[in-house]
Amino acid sequence: MLEKALAGGRRYWAWIAGLAAVACAGAWCYALQLQTGLGMTGLSRDVTWGLYIAQFTFFVGVAASAVMVVLPYYLHDYKVFGRVTILGEFLAITSVVMCGLFIFVDMGQPSRVLNVLRYPTPWSMMFWDMVALGGYLILNVVITRVSLEAERNDTAPPRWIRPVIVLSIPWAISIHTVTAFLYNGLPGRSFWLTAILAPRFLASAFAAGPALLILLCLAARRWWSLRIADEAIRKIALIVAYAMAVHVFFVLLEVFTVFYSQVPEHVDHFRYLYAGLDGHTALVPWMWTSACLAVVALVLLIVPSTRTSEPTLAGACVAVFVSLWIDKGLGLVVGGFVPSPLGAVTDYVPTWPEMMITAGVWALGAIMVTGFFKVTAEVRAGER
Amino acid sequence: MSATRRCFLRMAGSAAAAAATGAALGCASPAAATRRWAMAIDVRKCLELDGCRACIDACHQAHNVPAIPDRAHEVKWIWKEPFERTFAIEDPDTVTAALRGREVLVFCNHCDNPPCVRVCPTQATWKRDDGVVAIDEHRCIGCRYCVAACPYGSRSFNFVDPRPFLVHTTSEYPTRTRGVVEKCNLCEERLAKGQPPACVRACPGGAMLFGDLRDPDSEIRKTLAARYSIRRKPELGTRPQVYYVI
Amino acid sequence: MRNRILILAGLALCLAALTWPVWRALASAPAPAPSLARPVGATRCVAPVGFMRTSHMTLLAEWRDRVVRDGVRTYTDADGRVVTMSLSGTCLRACHADKTKFCDRCHDYAGVKPTCWGCHVVPTATGAIVSGPAAPSRSSRPGAAL
Ligand code: HEC
Ligand code: HEC
Repeated sequence: MLEKALAGGRRYWAWIAGLAAVACAGAWCYALQLQTGLGMTGLSRDVTWGLYIAQFTFFVGVAASAVMVVLPYYLHDYKVFGRVTILGEFLAITSVVMCGLFIFVDMGQPSRVLNVLRYPTPWSMMFWDMVALGGYLILNVVITRVSLEAERNDTAPPRWIRPVIVLSIPWAISIHTVTAFLYNGLPGRSFWLTAILAPRFLASAFAAGPALLILLCLAARRWWSLRIADEAIRKIALIVAYAMAVHVFFVLLEVFTVFYSQVPEHVDHFRYLYAGLDGHTALVPWMWTSACLAVVALVLLIVPSTRTSEPTLAGACVAVFVSLWIDKGLGLVVGGFVPSPLGAVTDYVPTWPEMMITAGVWALGAIMVTGFFKVTAEVRAGER
Repeated sequence: MSATRRCFLRMAGSAAAAAATGAALGCASPAAATRRWAMAIDVRKCLELDGCRACIDACHQAHNVPAIPDRAHEVKWIWKEPFERTFAIEDPDTVTAALRGREVLVFCNHCDNPPCVRVCPTQATWKRDDGVVAIDEHRCIGCRYCVAACPYGSRSFNFVDPRPFLVHTTSEYPTRTRGVVEKCNLCEERLAKGQPPACVRACPGGAMLFGDLRDPDSEIRKTLAARYSIRRKPELGTRPQVYYVI
Repeated sequence: MRNRILILAGLALCLAALTWPVWRALASAPAPAPSLARPVGATRCVAPVGFMRTSHMTLLAEWRDRVVRDGVRTYTDADGRVVTMSLSGTCLRACHADKTKFCDRCHDYAGVKPTCWGCHVVPTATGAIVSGPAAPSRSSRPGAAL
């Protein structure tokens, strides 16, 4: 089945080659990191997690968001999503693989990662995160394979696949919940020590993931004439609108709690992110960009006419994605580390090789998504 | 294996030394109940020796801790922090003049309920029966989850190869490589020989008191009973075992 | 299939590249066995030579776990001798004082690159300590880095 991804024209191969070049540059930078250590990154004693772990967190969300198209179709028999569920699942597979890579490039001793399996530790959330993500990957690989096979042969998928798909729904929720727990249970990190973190993760995931899915669908529709009904896209846009509104609401709840209670340990992190602390303002422009984009996106998504017209919808989706990428893929992780437990304020600025490695993983993800969508397009072209 | 037997075996290696200092440390007989090592720092005595670094140098030399100038990549086991920062005091102006703006020693608290141990995905860090929060450098994968979990900033990650930054290398204790986490080990390698931690031994002012909390007659228990002491962030429920006697 | 020849050729190339080290090793003459320096002073190891030759890494791993994880520092060998379990202290300083002429020679011959020396410090014959940047495993040939 995957061989269908190889049947492309010159433009297709140029795109793949470009991505492969970025991935190779990333791999080269990773080789450099292997030799010099993580000292090559912008990480420091005070900010020990940065871009890599933040990207991991963000993409766990994208992976989980497949549930937003799977659930209506399988639990509510919402037929319109029939043709996009598999795209959502392919996006999930890609995201989980990217997550694994982001974790891997963040390890100080990559040759020892299998120790996590050799000494399974049920009281560590990282262990459960690995179990949850691994299981989710397997579920989605099985589901997409079986569904696409059935589609190609023009038969109904086997009956046993349905319970598997239904299982993938709570499983998707679990992967992002456990990822939130990763941050959630640390006594000294007040920024993350809030029960709303998991719901907030889910809300932002269900906005960012489907927003990306819409953009991919629009692109695939234009370039490969992959048939996706307008109605499906409009429904996903509605989901994005609701999820984004809930996300913003959750953030405001957090802001109220923190600033009304005025506990310094909680306030300081927000002050660092949105106003700067002790003259350190590295993240301030980013966080305000994110906030403004969130407002713009919300307006575009709530007004029906802008939500339904393709160009404004695409703009809104880009705004949602970028806003949440900054919020979760930068602010959430770094903000938790500053100020440090000893009150030190240390800015974190990723280095070029670090960004290159990150871009490399993104490129690999883009290659995967391209291939998956291509396969789907080819299978469906065969039907006609 | 039971801790009692472990205590015995440990002492067996250097029976003479153990007999001499074991009693002083509160492990008079190998058959005694398990111990709970703890540390008490007499802050005023420590402050009398203004600018003293004896304990820091002794520790860092004994354990091959590198002196990395770049603050971002620093590795440290024991160091000094301003009093106000250590105890998160919001309004420094009202602190006792004797402590205002002064620095106190900080290092791993060897918590009774250590968050770092809870989060480690490979059990590379764990709490021993005698309370030492240990690290198995052979097993650490360098994920830095423990660094995020420690509410005291006690853990350092080796961002760069530490060896070029060693001032003086001893073959008595291994160095570390890049990519692993490290911190104070309460000198478990010295405890095994019945010796007190290097910092305690090095302190010229007798400001560091080390002993067994389970022994009601130990000097540390007597001191803690007689004088007022505080701990760092007790509200987090980590139950630190480093006491600051004020 | 149109591209059968191309695919088969590609496969053959891949296979050749993957198995290249094997062919090269087979083609070159076998290297002479290394001459190992016997320890001065010590007369026997903690276990028979035959066992040590094949299983010293297992024993070292056991020592490591006993010391680091169980807090047990002494080892009683088959003859009832009690030794301190220490890589640098016992294996090297007290016995195989010249690591390069013993451990390294054999490891180079066998193509093994233990990572232990990135942390464990090699004591020199004079008692002075050798240290330097942890050499990337490739350059851990005798005399190169240490
Ligand atoms: C990341 C650094 C690191 C690496 C790599 C490492 N060790 Fe260790 N090793 C330590 C530390 C730290 C100790 C604890 C020393 C102590 O408590 O006295 C230790 C202790 C030991 C001990 C017991 C005490 C001693 O002094 O020897 C043995 C045996 C040992 N290691 C074997 C090995 C072997 C074999 C390897 C290679 C396969 C290895 N180690 C690699 C850091 C390391
Ligand atoms: C007679 C040859 C020989 C000598 C001498 C020798 N080794 Fe080895 N060693 C080997 C071989 C062969 C292996 C690899 C075994 C395997 O991988 O199954 C090995 C593996 C090891 C390993 C495990 C490496 C890993 O990556 O897990 C350690 C540790 C080790 N040796 C330590 C030593 C030390 C220390 C000495 C010197 C005191 C020494 N060896 C001397 C042959 C030797």
